Amino acid sequence: MSAVGSLAIGTPTDRVEGREKVTGAARYAFEQLPGDHAYAWLVQSEIASGEILSLDASPALAQEGVVAVAWAGNAPRVAEVDDRELSVLQSRTISYRGQIVAVVVAESLETAREAAAHVRIDYEVRDHEVVLDEHDPAIYDPGTVNAGYPSESVQGDVARALARADAAVDVTYRTPAFHNNAMEPHATVALWDGDDLTLYDSNQGASTVRDTLAQVFELEPEQVRVISPHVGGGFGSKGTPRPHVVVAALAARMTGRPVKLAITRQQMFAFTGYRTPTIQRLRLGASGDGQLTAIVHEALQQSSRLREFTEQTAVATRMMYAAPNRRTAHRLARLDVPTPSWMRAPGEAPGMYALESALDELAVELAIDPVELRIRNEPPLDPERGIPFSSRGLVACLRLGAERFGWAERDPTPGVRREGDWLVGTGVAASTYPAYRSPATATARAEGDGSFVVRIAASDIGTGGRTTLTLIAADALDQPAARVTVEIGDSALPRAGLAGGSMGTASWGTAVTLACRALVERIEALGGHVPADGLEAHADSSDEVRATDQGYSRHAYGAQFAEVRVDAVTGEARVSRLLGIFAAGRIINPTTARSQFLGGMTMGLSMALLEESVMDREFGDYLNHDLAGYHVASHADVGELEADWIEELDDHLNPMGSKGIGEIGIVGTAAAIGNAVFHATGRRVRELPLRLDRLLAT
Amino acid sequence: MRPFAYERAEEAAGAIATLTDGAPGAMYLGGGTNLVDLMKLGVAAPDLLVDVSHLPHDRVEQLPDGGLRIGAAVLNSTLAADRTVRERYPVLSQALLAGASGQLRNLATVGGNLLQRTRCAYFMDVSKPCNKRVPGSGCPAREGDHRNHAIIGHSEACVATHPSDMAVALVALGATVEVRGAAGARTIPLPGLHRLPGDAPERDTVLDPGDLITAVVLPPSAPGAVSRYRKIRDRASYAFAVVSIAALLELDEDGAVREARIAFGGLAHAPWRALVAEEELRGLPATAESFGRAADAELAQARPLRDNGFKVPLARNLTVRTLGELAAQAERRSGR
Ligand SMILES: Cc1cc2nc3c(=O)[nH]c(=O)nc-3n(C[C@H](O)[C@H](O)[C@H](O)COP(=O)(O)OP(=O)(O)OC[C@H]3O[C@@H](n4cnc5c(N)ncnc54)[C@H](O)[C@@H]3O)c2cc1C
Ligand code: SF4
Repeated sequence: MSAVGSLAIGTPTDRVEGREKVTGAARYAFEQLPGDHAYAWLVQSEIASGEILSLDASPALAQEGVVAVAWAGNAPRVAEVDDRELSVLQSRTISYRGQIVAVVVAESLETAREAAAHVRIDYEVRDHEVVLDEHDPAIYDPGTVNAGYPSESVQGDVARALARADAAVDVTYRTPAFHNNAMEPHATVALWDGDDLTLYDSNQGASTVRDTLAQVFELEPEQVRVISPHVGGGFGSKGTPRPHVVVAALAARMTGRPVKLAITRQQMFAFTGYRTPTIQRLRLGASGDGQLTAIVHEALQQSSRLREFTEQTAVATRMMYAAPNRRTAHRLARLDVPTPSWMRAPGEAPGMYALESALDELAVELAIDPVELRIRNEPPLDPERGIPFSSRGLVACLRLGAERFGWAERDPTPGVRREGDWLVGTGVAASTYPAYRSPATATARAEGDGSFVVRIAASDIGTGGRTTLTLIAADALDQPAARVTVEIGDSALPRAGLAGGSMGTASWGTAVTLACRALVERIEALGGHVPADGLEAHADSSDEVRATDQGYSRHAYGAQFAEVRVDAVTGEARVSRLLGIFAAGRIINPTTARSQFLGGMTMGLSMALLEESVMDREFGDYLNHDLAGYHVASHADVGELEADWIEELDDHLNPMGSKGIGEIGIVGTAAAIGNAVFHATGRRVRELPLRLDRLLAT
Repeated sequence: MRPFAYERAEEAAGAIATLTDGAPGAMYLGGGTNLVDLMKLGVAAPDLLVDVSHLPHDRVEQLPDGGLRIGAAVLNSTLAADRTVRERYPVLSQALLAGASGQLRNLATVGGNLLQRTRCAYFMDVSKPCNKRVPGSGCPAREGDHRNHAIIGHSEACVATHPSDMAVALVALGATVEVRGAAGARTIPLPGLHRLPGDAPERDTVLDPGDLITAVVLPPSAPGAVSRYRKIRDRASYAFAVVSIAALLELDEDGAVREARIAFGGLAHAPWRALVAEEELRGLPATAESFGRAADAELAQARPLRDNGFKVPLARNLTVRTLGELAAQAERRSGR
């Protein structure tokens, strides 16, 4: 084997499929044309709660070119799975406005859409409740929250500690619902061949979609194949199959035709998931020198009638800072709303907004610099679990960020810097995200011609995952990256977990490394000779993941610094400068890593200033359901934006020494910006987004 | 599929004849950036689209009196970049550039921009009632989401706002719209084109079916006047106005207001010409105090809804600032 001088990991590398994407050659799910296909259009409920009394499909079926109309009254039965959103077209009960109640299949998209408007439905309408309210008597403790954490945690005696604290804050923060709004809306093309199902689908994990669809249709996993080479973003909303995937497969089964189904932007606001609104109460107590004595974080959120989904909003609070007394709790209200789901950093994004804002309030209360306050409360061990951190770079990020940002010159007095009509202020907040890992399998193959192919059912949702795995494989094989091809995005490839929880690269990279190392051993066993018909090795990382993922508290950290300008006349807030410094283990591809950090921070900026899904109380749906109404940051909203990282060596993670980077960028941004808004204006707005009407000095 | 026909009009008379002679389901098509969206949403369902974007009304001409005639098919981007407009009517160029996005402005026409429909979310959702879309069905915005709805001139029946930025500038400039219809040609001085909702919110304008906008005429610009457009929005770019102002200011030799012309966007069902404020300002010293007084006088008519009261101080602040900027500009220009 040829020795290569430098490592591929750490080399800034453009996306291996970049050319295909920018030339339009890359095929996305809906661009597949299986031949003889029909098009599906979804009919959605126009009430938020009730029952379908009757459905008359005849006016739709009478349209020329309509193939079929399916609804609860005639659709084939499917098995119930954990996610009851997937029991679609199975029941006449309406759980939220916009729920899928029927599907029209026709020869053309236009025909299907027009016919859908002719499906007549009579409903029995029930009253609905769609607005999250802390006084709702039906609020309950869900017991566990997303990712399996217990909903409550208690250490020490917070009541006593709060009563005795030298300084305390007791504040409530509110965040609205947010929608993921990936560039590529969800889409599925479904084909049956006998009892075998093939799906071209836009998702964050082909193996997961395959397994779930196999359960829904009561098939063996091998009977389902999910193909997803390119995905135009997901931000969590494509982490699990959404109901339309089941509908596409049902429609294809009923009609005996391949069926194409694309979700519209408007529909994404109804049934492809979103981030729950939250109401969070934070109580912090501290001694006069800034040692936290108590932290209480209580988070209320909503879920649907169909499914209990609770974000881990307060879970990061269990680990962020040292304090002898601590309580965290999650509460849930079940409403007549769509089921919330994962959205980039579910839990951490809204939870750290509240914690890091409250900490800023405490810093003001104590007259201690907010960077210093965080450093003073750095825990030596994970405060809840009592185990060491595998590595923890928060203080280093805060210090480096403060230096780069020019924090030392900051005058803490709020509301005193004015440039023309602009009130100027700066703020800081910490970021964090857990370093998870899940088992995966992979094969590595050496070809007779000196090239290598690595196969794994990983997914690249636009993040650069394919490229990262190429670099990882190249190093594990000790080969130049140009000789290595990585095949992903197909459930027929060796099984792997999601591009989600910022664990894709860590999980897949582990399996890829193991497979490549096994291949190198096989080649060495043959005296370095690769036979003409190639050589292959397979790896399953289950044992390694199980054996090594204990004993350490593993998280990435970061510090974000924002400079904000608030127009004293109009209340408009603009972020003129945003700096993020991250400690996330070894950075595998600096090019795409920077994009992830910057993208996360931009999304955090958008969350701070712009994004909000407006629930209509009367009708029960999200009103501003398009990109004209739901404001995502435009270029003009983003000022100077910079992300950088510190070198962090951590041997307790995975063979690459990497932590996930896809989500941490959005965590803490909104708090840094909100804290800067306070510093600029002297006004503490405890509700997102920081809209001009909330900042307008009247 | 819901079929509709498309016809490309080569001359105005034929287009007008098509719409006025027994084609009740026909509509004019400009750039289609609003109408096609509304068709997709089911809000508009024409049987026939008569494309008027290729009519020879595509020029910006200087008029002998020093004014400007702008053809109705002129693109928003062309108009914004027009040299004369930039030099003599900066308020118009600024308003255009504050609207939509580069791509949309490259398609949008002057005629279509004037007649674009409200962005009220209930109006754009056919699964909900809306008096403007279905007369008599109700106005859910009144009790529902109306943060960005009207505070002035609205009615029990409708609280929507007109979304155009360009129209606000044209109203401040005192432009005239040239229209041709079944009964021949006529002119409509702005702000007379857009209606207040009253009890017929389904009618955005005073136009009759088949009326074709052929041009917009700008009066000569007053040599001593300065003008600008300011738009407050939730996002730095690519968002409709929360409140906007188009203002022209002319000072006399003593630095007092000779004439002010002010129009607001985002406040009403039509671009709102602030006649009360203009009257109040005449002869007053060009100070922040005068500007505030004028704004207060105008906004005394405001009847904000539950969640949009902030537009009153916002409009006031914006007025004071914009007129203050214009006064400073006028002072500089006169060399005082
Ligand atoms: C996402 C988005 C953001 C936007 N943001 C803004 C903004 O910030 N500010 C702003 O001002 N606008 C904004 N717009 C609206 C945009 O300016 C309008 O869509 C555009 O100006 C309409 O022009 P058009 O030629 O495409 O009209 P069309 O869509 O073709 O037509 C609009 C209407 O005018 C009628 N019509 C067209 N021409 C004539 C004529 N000559 N005579 C009679 N009737 C005619 C049509 O029948 C139709 O009813 C935005 C639009 C979108 C989609
Ligand atoms: S404000 Fe006007 S456009 Fe909006 S819902 Fe009411 S009637 Fe319809």
